[in-house]
Amino acid sequence: MDIRLDAISHSYDDFEVLRDITLDIPAGRIVCIVGPSGCGKSTLLRFIGGLERPRAGRVLQVGEPPAGCLNPLTYIFQDFALLPWRTVEGNISLVLEDHGIRGQRAREIIGDVLARTKLTDFAKALPKQLSGGMKQRVAIARALAVNPAVMLMDEPLSALDSQTRELLMDDLVSLWSRQPFTAVYVTHNLNEAVRLGHQIVVLSRRPGQIREVVTLDTPLEERQFGDPELDAKQKYLWQLMRDEARAADAELLNV
Amino acid sequence: MSDATLDTTPPRDLPVRDEPKTVAFRGGGFAPRPHRWVGALVFAVLILIAEWGTRAGWISALTLPKPSDVLATFGELYQSGLLFKHLGPSLSRFAVGSFFGVSVGIAVGVLIGLFSYVRAGAVPLVAALFPIPKIALLPLFVIWFGIGEGSKYALIAFGTFTPTVVATYGAVDNVDRTLIRMGQSFGLSWWSIVRKIVLPGAMPGILSGLRISLAIAIILLVAAEMLGAEYGIGAYILQAGSLYDLERLFAGVVILSVLGVLVSAVIGVIERRVLGWRT
Repeated sequence: MDIRLDAISHSYDDFEVLRDITLDIPAGRIVCIVGPSGCGKSTLLRFIGGLERPRAGRVLQVGEPPAGCLNPLTYIFQDFALLPWRTVEGNISLVLEDHGIRGQRAREIIGDVLARTKLTDFAKALPKQLSGGMKQRVAIARALAVNPAVMLMDEPLSALDSQTRELLMDDLVSLWSRQPFTAVYVTHNLNEAVRLGHQIVVLSRRPGQIREVVTLDTPLEERQFGDPELDAKQKYLWQLMRDEARAADAELLNV
Repeated sequence: MSDATLDTTPPRDLPVRDEPKTVAFRGGGFAPRPHRWVGALVFAVLILIAEWGTRAGWISALTLPKPSDVLATFGELYQSGLLFKHLGPSLSRFAVGSFFGVSVGIAVGVLIGLFSYVRAGAVPLVAALFPIPKIALLPLFVIWFGIGEGSKYALIAFGTFTPTVVATYGAVDNVDRTLIRMGQSFGLSWWSIVRKIVLPGAMPGILSGLRISLAIAIILLVAAEMLGAEYGIGAYILQAGSLYDLERLFAGVVILSVLGVLVSAVIGVIERRVLGWRT
């Protein structure tokens, strides 16, 4: 299943946020969206998942989601969004219960996704007992449990420290290599973008427009920490963005 | 003078450098810790002072009854069996009245929290009802619900309803919106979101509102028993008060205080059970 963004524009009152975004998200690829703060990249992600409606333009779903997919468009949030009163298992079972999956079948799915995210030993733990990286792993496990067609990741690693971020990036890469998934990955961190993105969409500052789409051909599993080629790409992206970021930083906030 | 900086000895008005000093600690306080026995100690000391004062005579018998006499009155009350005759009806009025008040209050509070039309309609109404002294409405309740138990239940229910509503909708407003967004993004049904995300998330606020509502219910117990009650702690206190029988008055008041402490302790236990997930 592909996602197509067709001429999306948006404004809050008379405050233009996004202008004429047209983009294809092909199945089985990770598309990173980078841009200065306030460029509307998180808003764009909420449009893709149907949590908000754009003023103009359409989000199109091309083709049918694969069989067995419970929730085609599934988010992973920056602040994890785990229910603090449910255990790790309970948080995953939450998203299965509404699809009528309980008992043995639910246990099988939960066991499988916990194993894939290396969380098997923490099934009974409460979120307050887990570190930030673990919490985000639980959120990833929860997303995997509904077998999504497209993962919508809203700065998933931004709340974590840099070591944990490296570890989780490796985890995401190995998850993808074992079973390629489609993802839209919003981030302000260019390093994450060059490590995880097959395509990197650079947005301008507000109103957000597509400045450039950078394609990276190196396979994900060959991208290493400190790879000179990636560093060069990252430097190139930063040059694209630097002036915009500086101008965005100096703007007054009135959201 | 300006060029004399090559001089290596420190300036005379600065302290000598080679004597290390411990950095003074200044980070303490502002972190409450539990001290169980202090509360009991405060009670004991106050009672002992009252006992000493009334015995020594620098507190006159008209100002304060002797704590030991109050205890003796309480003993008589217990032995004559009158204690439970008074306590029984009061506890059932407290239980029935606050059950209705609290359950309707939580339901209305959740509705206000979830629907903007209900909020627009009900919040001004609740604001108008809250400051009414419920005691003033007792004659009205007697006409509406009869002189029997009905008017007493109604008064306590009404008194607990408004604070419960305010606490509940505040608690629903405070539920983390990102959790609700998460529920929607996983395609959970409206009812699932309310049941599994909104209600548990509002629980801390609802329980702390319950502390206030139930304390108000105990206050209103006395008011409810002003009319048409032969037995009940409130009736007992009012009777003693009109006779200026300070020992009995204080015995009754102590019973209400103990009831308050017990209710608060029970809510504390529930909080520890239900809200163990809080950090």
